[in-house]
Amino acid sequence: MRHFTMSSAARRPSRLFRNFSAKIASVPMILTALVVFVGGTLWTVLYSFTNSRLLPRLNFVGLDQYERLWATPRWLVSIENLAIYGILSLIFSLVIGFVLAALLDQKIRFEDTLRTIFLYPFALSFVVTGVVWQWLLNPDFGVQAVVRSLGWESFAFDPLYNSSIVIYGVLIAALWQGTGFVMCLMLAGLRGIDEDIWKAARVDGIPAWRTYLFIVLPMMRPVLVTTLVIIAAGIVKVYDLVVAQTSGGPGIASEVPAKYVYDYMFFAQNLGQGFAASTMMLLSVAIVIVPWAYLEFGRRR
Amino acid sequence: MATPQTLEQFQQKCAAVLRPGLRKNKELERFRVSVKNGNALAADGPRGPKPRHAFSKRNIFIYGTLFVVAVYYLLPLYVMVVTSLKGMPEIRLGNIFSPPMEITFEPWVKAWATACTGLNCDGLSRGFWNSVRITVPSVILSIAIASVNGYALANWRFKGSELFFTILIVGAFIPYQVMLYPIVIILREIGLYGSLSGLVVVHSIFGMPILTLLFRNYFASLPEELFKAARVDGAGFWSIYLRIMVPMSVPIFVVAVILQITGIWNDFLFGVVYTRPDTYPMTVQLNNIVNSVQGVKEYNVNMAATLLTGLVPLIVYFISGKLFVRGIAAGAVKG
Amino acid sequence: MSATANPSVSIQDLTLNFGIVPVLQSLDLDIAEGEFIVLLGPSGCGKSTLLNCIAGLLDISDGRIFIKGKNVTWEEPKDRGIGMVFQSYALYPQMSVEKNLSFGLKVAGTPKAEIDKRIARAAEILQIEQLLQRKPAALSGGQRQRVAIGRALVRDVDVFLFDEPLSNLDAKLRSELRVEIKRLHQRLANTMIYVTHDQIEAMTLADRIAVMRGGVIQQLDEPQAIYNRPVNRFVAGFIGSPGMNFIEGGLEESGGDWRFGSGDLKVPLSTYVFDQQPVAGPAVFGMRPEHIGLNSGSGWPFSAKVTVDVVEPMGSDTLVWVRLGAQSLSVRVPSERAPKTGSQVEIGFDPMRASLFGEDGNRL
Repeated sequence: MRHFTMSSAARRPSRLFRNFSAKIASVPMILTALVVFVGGTLWTVLYSFTNSRLLPRLNFVGLDQYERLWATPRWLVSIENLAIYGILSLIFSLVIGFVLAALLDQKIRFEDTLRTIFLYPFALSFVVTGVVWQWLLNPDFGVQAVVRSLGWESFAFDPLYNSSIVIYGVLIAALWQGTGFVMCLMLAGLRGIDEDIWKAARVDGIPAWRTYLFIVLPMMRPVLVTTLVIIAAGIVKVYDLVVAQTSGGPGIASEVPAKYVYDYMFFAQNLGQGFAASTMMLLSVAIVIVPWAYLEFGRRR
Repeated sequence: MATPQTLEQFQQKCAAVLRPGLRKNKELERFRVSVKNGNALAADGPRGPKPRHAFSKRNIFIYGTLFVVAVYYLLPLYVMVVTSLKGMPEIRLGNIFSPPMEITFEPWVKAWATACTGLNCDGLSRGFWNSVRITVPSVILSIAIASVNGYALANWRFKGSELFFTILIVGAFIPYQVMLYPIVIILREIGLYGSLSGLVVVHSIFGMPILTLLFRNYFASLPEELFKAARVDGAGFWSIYLRIMVPMSVPIFVVAVILQITGIWNDFLFGVVYTRPDTYPMTVQLNNIVNSVQGVKEYNVNMAATLLTGLVPLIVYFISGKLFVRGIAAGAVKG
Repeated sequence: MSATANPSVSIQDLTLNFGIVPVLQSLDLDIAEGEFIVLLGPSGCGKSTLLNCIAGLLDISDGRIFIKGKNVTWEEPKDRGIGMVFQSYALYPQMSVEKNLSFGLKVAGTPKAEIDKRIARAAEILQIEQLLQRKPAALSGGQRQRVAIGRALVRDVDVFLFDEPLSNLDAKLRSELRVEIKRLHQRLANTMIYVTHDQIEAMTLADRIAVMRGGVIQQLDEPQAIYNRPVNRFVAGFIGSPGMNFIEGGLEESGGDWRFGSGDLKVPLSTYVFDQQPVAGPAVFGMRPEHIGLNSGSGWPFSAKVTVDVVEPMGSDTLVWVRLGAQSLSVRVPSERAPKTGSQVEIGFDPMRASLFGEDGNRL
């Protein structure tokens, strides 16, 4: 009864015209939901079973596109990269974000200044982030060159030119851009904890780190879960950062699925491959989201 | 127990010892109480505010860690600024952290006016104005649509409205790549493919889930009785929205504007898919300048271009301050 | 249309379901012209829901609603000839008091001169003339509620609906505004429907009270009748503070006379007026604390010697808890006559003032 409901008109002459303005106003939302989100998704999934190349054609070839996809080294590298990048950025952004939030939560001075500093990269685009870190990690001028010029001649840190560690170079940039945001969410969560919990822990003589780990963290479950979902959804979409920082190189060492889709759809003129790859992306998101949605919303009903 | 007489003596003695004028009464009072309780000795123990050590181990650890992290976060910005103010010879010789020996604004001028992006060589200025022409209408349109949606969902629910809303929220998690091509087809059908208007429509569509959620939650948090009172007063859907709801919701509109300006300005994917080279937004142009394969790499121009591209969201961020934080936190935590 | 000859508001067979949950069940209610009726009940009893249905803010599932003889079942709230006052005042925060009062009239396209006239009158009645240019945030709770009443007043309507208007105010302001609402009713003589969970408000304001529970009107009657002759155990327990004493036991006949028995306790019922033919069986005996005499001489049809258990001073009165056999009874006495805990006292009462309820909870 929290919301005012206008439904279930008993014996009104016409149901359609009840609440007519609200329905008219909702047309953009309804169109977006049905045509773009549902329609677009179904369309892409459907055409992923065709051999469309330059133009979409309904010429079904079964699972051919998927077989070809999983036989393409570039796709396999993309998936591997996404897995490494995804798992590490989840862990690091959660841990760093929480530690920073806990440090800021100590009633310290300059809290606003520090928060502003930690969060400003989040206001920047991935393209800007990628370009900056491309420059910082440039082996001839960047961090490696500076450390070498200080006398440590054998120092090597050139992730963007080394196939085996290039994805970590992308990860560093991504963490720089995003951890401030995670910190903000965590800080909001920490501030939402009842002050009395802290008083009780203090009276009981529980050390602060234990209180954080065993009392506060479990209480922040909703915030943690939301943060997790937001980070996870962002990971699958990662595209512009890679394009700007490495263009997928060296070679194909830092390719990601989103880039694979774009390149096959708009450059290689192989729409079928692009559709199949994007359907796989959808599937991977569903694997993350569906259990979460079930846990969050399914149980309440 | 001290007799009244001795207590009187104690007090006099005490008053003589006490530093003049310093919380005399309070301390006397406390003393009197402790004497009455029969443990006059306790008066020798700790008293007054507990001393704090500014340089405790704990503080050194906290501030030390925060300082190091802050340096890590600020370094890229610093490097961007100093690099953009150096000439190329100095960059080739020196290290990226050293401040410029000779400050030059030439890279900035070049980045803005003459840097080459593929075919044309008129710098980032073209991209800047494109981005403005994309961002302004997109922000207005997306917020207008989403706020009305949120209002309808909070106050005028009709059969099926919750279903559409659920689809919308689920849709926010669908990778954009899945919907890229269908939207190309839709835009081509309505004749907007490649135009700025087309991109405005795309931004309004993809901004809808989070903004609708933001507005729905906000409107639902307003007292329902206000809405009822307005209905008894005879106001309808639009007049309640315009005359009651909007004036009450200025903060959430500000939050939405901040969210949208930064989000749309920073977009790369939609810009590159749905516009043509002459209508590319700034981010796409920046990428093309920096990652173009032809010619010599001019790192100072690149950094100036990067700063120029990041300037608008940074200004919005620094001006809005806490509202920005509140916006992203509210939008995310509630979702 | 039955009970009242020419009802101002008439509700016929009203049913409301939220999904499959029935909230109001085929409810009938006729309210006379100029009557002050209070819908009283615990939270969740459907009283506010009923009011929202009358206002047209909720669509009903079945039944009809008449206001001034006109079927308004499908009318919009604004077309029903009602004004409404809300618990949270519901003043539009960005508008001044004057704009708040005029908003509805402007929407309806009332001429400016007429709007000014009505606002002046409402402001005069409610003594808020000096507040007209202020924003709601600059008003106290009591002032805000006056403005909210004013907003209903300017609509110049036949029926006023009040949805717990005083619940957000502190005790002192509440009693002040209560008197003012009563004065307003006497002056305007409009039909007023007033929802509250506060029985004092109900008793003091109402011409008739409708006590509700579970979406059903339990009893609709004048305040004194509801207080003295509750139709069932729920009404008996809900009305009155401190609450009525209940003794579980049985009805028995001995030599042609009926009496109530609970263990060793036997109460003769020769003075009790039965609503229905008594039958022997389980029953509950109810007696209000203020209807029991303490050390107040002889002459009671029933009296007993008891021990004082607990004494609760409440200011002017004192509540004395005594043990009568296995039962605990509360007795309300003037404070100056309160006994000491543990002392022996004599209590007495007249079963004429009692309420007897059968197994189904209905009055016997």
